[in-house]
Amino acid sequence: MAEVMAAAEAVHKFVRDGQLVCFGGFTHAIPFSLGHEMIRQRKKHLTVCKETPDLIVDQLLAAGCVDKLMFSWAGNPGVGSLHAFRRAVEQQVPHPIAIEEYTHFITGARYMAGASGVPFMPVTTSVLASDLAKHSDVFKTIDCPFTGKKICLVKAVNPDVALIHAQRADCDGNTQMWGIVGSNREIAMASRDVVVSVEEIVDSEIVRRDPNRTLIPSFRVKAVVEEPWGAHPSYSQGYYDRDNQYYMDYEKTTRTHEENEKFIENWVLGVSNRQEYMKRLGAERMLSLKTKSYYSTPVDYGYFG
Amino acid sequence: MSKQYAKEFSYQELMVTAASRELKNHEVVFVGIGIPQLGALLAQRTHAPDLTLIYESGVVGTQPARLPLSIGDPTLVSGTYGIFNFYETFSMLLQRGFIDVGFIGGAQVDKHGNINSTVIGGYDRPKVRLPGSGGGCEITGLSKRIIIITPHEKRRMVEKVDFITSPGFVDGPGARERVGLDGGPSAVITTMGVLRFDDKSKEMYLCSHHPGLSVDQVKQNTGWDLKVSPNVKTTEPPTVEEIEILRKDLDPQGIFLKKGVT
Repeated sequence: MAEVMAAAEAVHKFVRDGQLVCFGGFTHAIPFSLGHEMIRQRKKHLTVCKETPDLIVDQLLAAGCVDKLMFSWAGNPGVGSLHAFRRAVEQQVPHPIAIEEYTHFITGARYMAGASGVPFMPVTTSVLASDLAKHSDVFKTIDCPFTGKKICLVKAVNPDVALIHAQRADCDGNTQMWGIVGSNREIAMASRDVVVSVEEIVDSEIVRRDPNRTLIPSFRVKAVVEEPWGAHPSYSQGYYDRDNQYYMDYEKTTRTHEENEKFIENWVLGVSNRQEYMKRLGAERMLSLKTKSYYSTPVDYGYFG
Repeated sequence: MSKQYAKEFSYQELMVTAASRELKNHEVVFVGIGIPQLGALLAQRTHAPDLTLIYESGVVGTQPARLPLSIGDPTLVSGTYGIFNFYETFSMLLQRGFIDVGFIGGAQVDKHGNINSTVIGGYDRPKVRLPGSGGGCEITGLSKRIIIITPHEKRRMVEKVDFITSPGFVDGPGARERVGLDGGPSAVITTMGVLRFDDKSKEMYLCSHHPGLSVDQVKQNTGWDLKVSPNVKTTEPPTVEEIEILRKDLDPQGIFLKKGVT
């Protein structure tokens, strides 16, 4: 069962130098607050796994926290390039990194294998027609023992720690999410430790009245962090929109390593926690990102007592 | 009722309308962001209201009220009829064979319809590092039809891509079958024309050039000796209605139409 704690404490306790750290979220609900805490705590030699690294992993790369990146699409979604990622791969700045690159499906299948407790997952052979097959050793091709046809097997991933942001959890760590859920359940079940940040901690009764919405059960969660706006500049369905201006500013103002460092100084190292970060963002900008409510109709589970 | 064609339009707008017309009502479409998405949304608002649009974020059956800026934009969720998780999207929808059309763009496309979105130059020391496959490799590997949308420039339309991220016909006839894949690209829609693939050679040829452009102009902007259909036509221009929907409804700020293809 989870303990409720602050982001700094959770990251200090559960993210160690040299570990394989997996980030949850898929454009939606990216755990920026937990990632920023890793930069502030100067984590080193990490292997980071994220199908879409997004700005958070780009910032970790610029800050020199990452030795190896496992990914399948490294861009600034809808905007352009991730410049720190490109500098690391094209120019080895600030230092060389290793990359392990897949397709989205292969990343998802590797998580699923890890989450299911099996050493691999079979996937169809599309990747064999691509050049990716020549640059990766995480999959093997066999003749299917049932049909005799070729099939690829991709190796399970079991991260040391998964970092996840969601809308709500109870104090025990039962975590509920809606909207685009990405691989959050798979990585939570695959990883050794799980740290969750949420927009709000709610009473257990709220969770138990709507159990279908639970993505991660409490016995899998080590720490719950109540962190409103913890996914900014990405979004939290029903809470706030993506701050597209931030994504566009990042594209324009991180084209050199020095500019990127300045950006990180301003938005990460120059604040001590998410509250200060939000103060820097300002009330006006926060209000502009708030969304109009659009409730679903409550469902009747019935009471069978 | 006869169609009213628009008098004034850009080649980028024509690319979107031509792409939109490739989609048939009731098809299930796996949509990429940017120009491909505009084509699919236009089809949904015109001749194909019952298209099922699927984005790789797992959103199924979306009818976004505003222009989605990314494949995971929250507007895709408002009013959609289903959401799958990441693994399910690729396994149960794509791998299972339920996608009729993969509708995507690419940084480089070659004469066999292979797409590169990984690197310009060598893989280990790339000149330009691009984002990578994302869903692309399986979208083109597993959709029943593939429609590729790309600006028509010599540096993008190349004889052989630097890196095959998302396979077309690979190196020609029989290559997909050798690794157990069916299907293949069916059309390439560009800012200069509509191209299709020869059944035997699996090589791209020019099917129609956009109005105001000559076959020679298209050939000059292509990175190999492009074959031309003996029945080459002029692409049907956008209608007044299509242009109005594009400019007023879908992309009023010109986010994708002015910027170009990402």
